[in-house]
Amino acid sequence: MNKEKFLERGFLLVALSSISILALIAFFIFEQGVPLMWKVGLKSFLLGDRWYPSKGSFGIFPMIVGSFWVTLGALAVGVPLGLSSAVFLCELTPPKVGMVFRPMIQLLAAIPSVIYGFWGLIVLVPLIRNHLGGPGLSILAGSFVLGIMILPTIISISEDSLRALPRTYKEGALSLGATHWQTIWRVLVPAARSGIVASIILGMGRALGETMAMIMILGNAAQIPSSILDSARTLTTNIGIEMGYASGDHRQALFATGVVLFFIVMGLNSLAMVISRKGRA
Amino acid sequence: MRISRHFTQEMARTLIWIASFSTLAVMFWILYQVLREGLPLLHLSFFLKPPREMGRAGGIASTIIGTLALTIVAIVIATPLGVGTAIFLREYTREGRISRVIRFGTDCLAGVPSIIFGLFGFVFFVIFLGMGWSILSGGLTLTAMILPTIICTAEEAIKSIPYTYREVSYGLGGTRWQTIRRVVLPNAFPGILTGVLLGVGRCVGETAAVILTAGSSFLMPDSLFSPIRTMAVHFYILAREGISMEMAYATGAALIILILIINTVANLLLFRYVQKG
Amino acid sequence: MQDPFKIVIQDFEFYYGSVMALRDLNLSIRPHQIFAVLGPARSGKTTLLKSLNRLTDLLHGTNHKGQIFIDGREIYGEEVSLPELRRRVGMVFDLPTALPLSIYENVAYGPRLKGMREKSRLDEIVATSLQAAVLWDEVKDRLPSSALRLSGGQQQRLCIARMLALEPEIIMLDEPCSGLDPISTASIEKSLMTLKEKYTILLVPHNIQQASRVADRVGFFLGGEMIEEGSADQIFTRPQNKKTEDYISGRFG
Repeated sequence: MNKEKFLERGFLLVALSSISILALIAFFIFEQGVPLMWKVGLKSFLLGDRWYPSKGSFGIFPMIVGSFWVTLGALAVGVPLGLSSAVFLCELTPPKVGMVFRPMIQLLAAIPSVIYGFWGLIVLVPLIRNHLGGPGLSILAGSFVLGIMILPTIISISEDSLRALPRTYKEGALSLGATHWQTIWRVLVPAARSGIVASIILGMGRALGETMAMIMILGNAAQIPSSILDSARTLTTNIGIEMGYASGDHRQALFATGVVLFFIVMGLNSLAMVISRKGRA
Repeated sequence: MRISRHFTQEMARTLIWIASFSTLAVMFWILYQVLREGLPLLHLSFFLKPPREMGRAGGIASTIIGTLALTIVAIVIATPLGVGTAIFLREYTREGRISRVIRFGTDCLAGVPSIIFGLFGFVFFVIFLGMGWSILSGGLTLTAMILPTIICTAEEAIKSIPYTYREVSYGLGGTRWQTIRRVVLPNAFPGILTGVLLGVGRCVGETAAVILTAGSSFLMPDSLFSPIRTMAVHFYILAREGISMEMAYATGAALIILILIINTVANLLLFRYVQKG
Repeated sequence: MQDPFKIVIQDFEFYYGSVMALRDLNLSIRPHQIFAVLGPARSGKTTLLKSLNRLTDLLHGTNHKGQIFIDGREIYGEEVSLPELRRRVGMVFDLPTALPLSIYENVAYGPRLKGMREKSRLDEIVATSLQAAVLWDEVKDRLPSSALRLSGGQQQRLCIARMLALEPEIIMLDEPCSGLDPISTASIEKSLMTLKEKYTILLVPHNIQQASRVADRVGFFLGGEMIEEGSADQIFTRPQNKKTEDYISGRFG
């Protein structure tokens, strides 16, 4: 009897590890970053458009804008392709095709981000530079690569949502005379709406969190971009590029960037959780 | 003239086919690009010698050891933690306040960007606990990163074991731990292994968190406290600093091959597991 | 004075959450008999069985009132060891539930849980139990093979052997022959007649005919209440309660 109680306590302790780690992460990141945000002033940190660490100027607005545009671009690429593939897998092909297609999508997810970045660097960037102008290292390149990178997330969750729908939805619509096509777009997709939206939000979170590939192909410009052919920085690349040599206030400013990133991504993920839970209810 | 509904439907269907296949096409393009240039450069000495001249020459031996070491540290710690959490969630509690808190923690942890893990690992392991840039710091940071994955897959594996097996075990006078040890865990093993392999894949490919915690030394490590470069980090540095495109291609190819092997093994395992069940 | 009853149930009520599954149950069962728990679906029969070995404890949100005594001791008492109770009160479910182990290991599972490790003793128990369940001749040459490859009837007899390996005192069978062919059913019924010499048996029969073939005493349950109880002869030929009579004669089921 004692042994069983002991084991129960032990397992409880182990199970609390994930929430404890999360708390540790939040604590240490905030402990480093928040004092600086306070020192510089929240408004001038978030809205200031000058990032000159050597001069003590810490405004991350250009990075916020950069993250925003790159993520938007990634969604513009990823959502149509991803949703199409999900519909394709779920409705338009026999299961055998799916059995081949799906592991390949998984493979897409397993490829390290640095490989994506590398491909972007040697193929996409020169392509853009030669045909569309600008330095090539651009938001356009970043959006495209990022869009591909978030495809597995969007495809797998959207497909799951479509598959989880009761068969009666499809059968009911078809028996009322709708074509397969109409059934998909007028009945099934709207019904799976919450899962699809959740997948998009999770894709956004993933896009916002990506660092290495973006460092390799976005260029380094800490300025507010004015076109998609401009170089830019995101919140993540800001940290990734300068953390190697930053110290003192500069380093703390990078942690502060991390705090902002943490809040945004946590917010998005919570939103996705709420939406998908509501949809299931 | 009205475009017939049938026409738009066929157009749209074609577009979807094109979209889906172009998804795959881009992926193959990416892999092909790196493998085409890199594969010919892979020979035994490449794997057995460490980098020289900042990576312009030599091989990737130390980075292979780095990748291995970090992955082993992370898996050895994250697997018991993750499986233990899954056991607790499915065998010791029902849905209530405690399990909600644990799930919330796990889901949130799964969403934390890797650069944040890097910042955390840096300030906590490298500085606060004084481990410095080391295999240990990097491995422990990766532990935190892959924990949610292992918890999730372990829980799915345990969940899929029929309730009747447990009922039979209890009915024959088994205690909770006996039932877990003799019925639940052995049958959940394949699923758990798949999760572990997924975690391995993530460790191999992770760069941002590793650079900030394990450093970027390409010398052969002496101990768990030595700094080390992984294959992914080495690849990144070669490519970004423009040190050697040749070496970059070769390292990239090796990295891709490793990922392909891990993924294939995981899929085969899943396939066999689904077959048996 | 020796208690003439093996099981005594007093004023027992059982709830799943707020749903009452058993009420006002007063029942005494003598040893070395087959007691049939008869009634239509959702009458509380399985709940009764699972209350006797407290498998109901595995579910959350359940509640009970009243008492159950086995050999004079209250099974819901403070000091009761659940594993020991379940070894004394064995159960066979309505679906064949072989564990994904070899035939040998299935039968040896219970004894191993108890701590038995000596191979010779385990061999002996496995052989004896399989013989008592009338399965030995069919499987003696393939004990290491997987139990999942056995037919439904064989698996069910395996479950009986598995339970007998623990040498229980009370055996409970919840529709043990459902889904089985007539030959398997007959062989299980035959072994029940032999088993009652050693054990006290509670049986939820698959149908009325089965009860009339094997039962010594019968309790008729409807909607969670025991409507009538008596010897098999009396229940089947001269039921006192109209509902019992209706059920026996097939007016509802």
